[in-house]
Amino acid sequence: MNSLHLVQQEVPLTWYLLLSAVLFCLGVVGFLIKRNLITVFMSIELMLNAVNLSFVTFAHQWHQVRGQIFVFFVMMVAAAEAAVGLAIIIAVFRARATLAVDRIDLMKL
Amino acid sequence: MNGPLLFLPLIPLVPFVGFLLNGLLGRRLPKALVSTIALVAPLISFLIVVHAAFLVWSGTIALPAVEQGAPEWISIGSLHVNFGSVLDPLSLVMLLIVTGVGFLIHIYSVGYMHEEEGYWRYFAYLNLFLFFMTVLVQAGNALVMFVGWEGVGLASYLLIGFWFQKTSAADAGKKAFIVNRIGDFGFLIGLFLLLANFGTLTFNEIASKIAASPAMTGGVLTAIALCLLVGATGKSAQLPLYVWLPDAMEGPTPVSALIHAATMVTAGVYMIARTHFIFDRSPFALSVVAIVGAATAIFAATIGLVQTDIKRVLAYSTVSQLGYMFLGCGVAAYSAAIFHLMTHAFFKALLFLAAGSVIHALGGEQDMRKMGGLRKKIPITFWTMSAAVFAIAGFPPLAAFFSKDAILYEAFQHGSLGKLLWFVGITTALLTSIYMFRLWYLTFFSESRDSQAHPHESSWLMLGPLVILALLSIGGGWIGMDRFGAFLAPVLGPTTDPSTAPGGKQLDLILSGLAVAVALLGLLIADRVYRRKAAIPPQDLASMPASYRLLANKYYVDEIYGFAIVKPILALSKYLLEWVVDVAILGGIAWLLAGIAMLGGAILQRWQSGNLRSYAAWLALGAAVLLAFVLAPYVFGANGINLFGAGH
Repeated sequence: MNSLHLVQQEVPLTWYLLLSAVLFCLGVVGFLIKRNLITVFMSIELMLNAVNLSFVTFAHQWHQVRGQIFVFFVMMVAAAEAAVGLAIIIAVFRARATLAVDRIDLMKL
Repeated sequence: MNGPLLFLPLIPLVPFVGFLLNGLLGRRLPKALVSTIALVAPLISFLIVVHAAFLVWSGTIALPAVEQGAPEWISIGSLHVNFGSVLDPLSLVMLLIVTGVGFLIHIYSVGYMHEEEGYWRYFAYLNLFLFFMTVLVQAGNALVMFVGWEGVGLASYLLIGFWFQKTSAADAGKKAFIVNRIGDFGFLIGLFLLLANFGTLTFNEIASKIAASPAMTGGVLTAIALCLLVGATGKSAQLPLYVWLPDAMEGPTPVSALIHAATMVTAGVYMIARTHFIFDRSPFALSVVAIVGAATAIFAATIGLVQTDIKRVLAYSTVSQLGYMFLGCGVAAYSAAIFHLMTHAFFKALLFLAAGSVIHALGGEQDMRKMGGLRKKIPITFWTMSAAVFAIAGFPPLAAFFSKDAILYEAFQHGSLGKLLWFVGITTALLTSIYMFRLWYLTFFSESRDSQAHPHESSWLMLGPLVILALLSIGGGWIGMDRFGAFLAPVLGPTTDPSTAPGGKQLDLILSGLAVAVALLGLLIADRVYRRKAAIPPQDLASMPASYRLLANKYYVDEIYGFAIVKPILALSKYLLEWVVDVAILGGIAWLLAGIAMLGGAILQRWQSGNLRSYAAWLALGAAVLLAFVLAPYVFGANGINLFGAGH
């Protein structure tokens, strides 16, 4: 317990937050530059989990449980989103025979 | 109003219903039903008017009868305009003419237009005309009168251009409409002046306001009177706006009879008589009216001398006779003018209808040079037309003798200007007699000049109205000027009675004798030239003297107007209005605005790529900018927390 306590002392809050920010930015960049729809989807998951990390960090810092509860919410939403999103991806693939996002530009008239 | 019902609003409304029925459904209705609707509507109106006239004659109602509680049209501040009908001696006489002659011409039209393609359209327009004309006549205020005034112009336009596939007919319709618009402009200015100076447009109120200020003469009243006169010259085809009427002969002949002879063109005379209290206070305006009338009378009569189209002769004759009526108004003899209006409605409608019967008999031929010898072939048309010819020439005891005589007598009494006007009038009477007998001889006497023709008498649908109008042309004047004037006196003021004025009886006899002598002289001249010498107007004008060519070309008025007015306006429209204003300025502005929008769109549409990732990128960029904006004070500010420091 003592050594764990020491480790805890040695890793400051800022590092967690930086890691969270880096992960989030990786998610954003992945979302923006990847062409495959599934990779894009995974990038979204990465962003969500980056946010989760900052939630738990703050929850631990302030000794409050609210942040932890929020993480559960986010995970639940992410699971639902994964189910719906994958279904959409399959439907899109059936319809267009491609998963390249720049071919799926139906939002333009 | 108390007492017996007059149904005044129904007089215009019934023809309007006829117009709606025939105009909307007529295409699908059988011809017999179309004719029934078209005939019943004016008949009902006529019966209502006759009923009212009978009540007046029997003394059951007193004139003027003003309709009470009529629906209000405009109510702004102190200005009130309603649709109330007014029945006074003047409008009663006019309504009898309009609905009576109108009904006869409707009957005639059933026979005349039987073969026509747009039979239902024709009768719809004809009923529409009757609606607007009765609105005009019944109007108790100048604005409603203006509505009718414009409406009859519309009906006239539609009927002149009835055969719109013919370019000349379509052009004639446009010409009539545009020339009338010029006159209407004057009328409108007159209305504005009335409104500005009297604050009302109701005839009675204006009359009482003028009567209440005896000192009010000239000035603004002259201006109003002259503006109204401009309107009247347009509608009643007086100098300088008469040019549309001869061209209006492109319309069907019954239309020429109804609109361009008997009723609509007399609206100008009616309007002047209706607003006579304004003209009475402006001697200058009255003189202008008289001079315009006299000038038009002799001007048109000279042109009528050499025309070869039977309808054109009658058209110039109409212009000339309308000039007489203006002359009568101009010497303040309004009753005489209205008297002549009435007799003219009879004999000129008859002349046109008879001419239509001649044209019908010859299968559409209108050129008198190809007629001749029709006396035996179409005897009823010949005899009825003869009645009208002798009437318009002024032979006693036919109708126009009395009315023309009344106008000339009044003119002669009207000072030194009046003597001149009288002289012009009597000269015109001579010319009238000459050109009418010329028409008579060329059409009906000697031998037929067209061997192809197989003339046949028209049906009784057409001959019936001819006979009735012939009786009216013969007996219409027997009512006598003194009784007619006395009937109209409550509206138009008392007339001078030749029998009571000092020396009036002798003067009247001398003047009448002169008028008859002049009519006889005209008959003799025409007889000598066109019967004994059997002169036929030449096809080729080059051999004729210059004066003849001047008349045959109608004094080149159309050409002068074309050169002095139409061409400059066309050039102005084309070069200034079309190219500079429309194309350069308005078009330029439109293109500029369109260009800005297109450029903006071209830039903005790049964002609307439809590509999800580019949207997300913009979103991320936006979030980053927002974040930077929020955080900047903390990162760089003096009192901000240091995120990268050891904390507190």
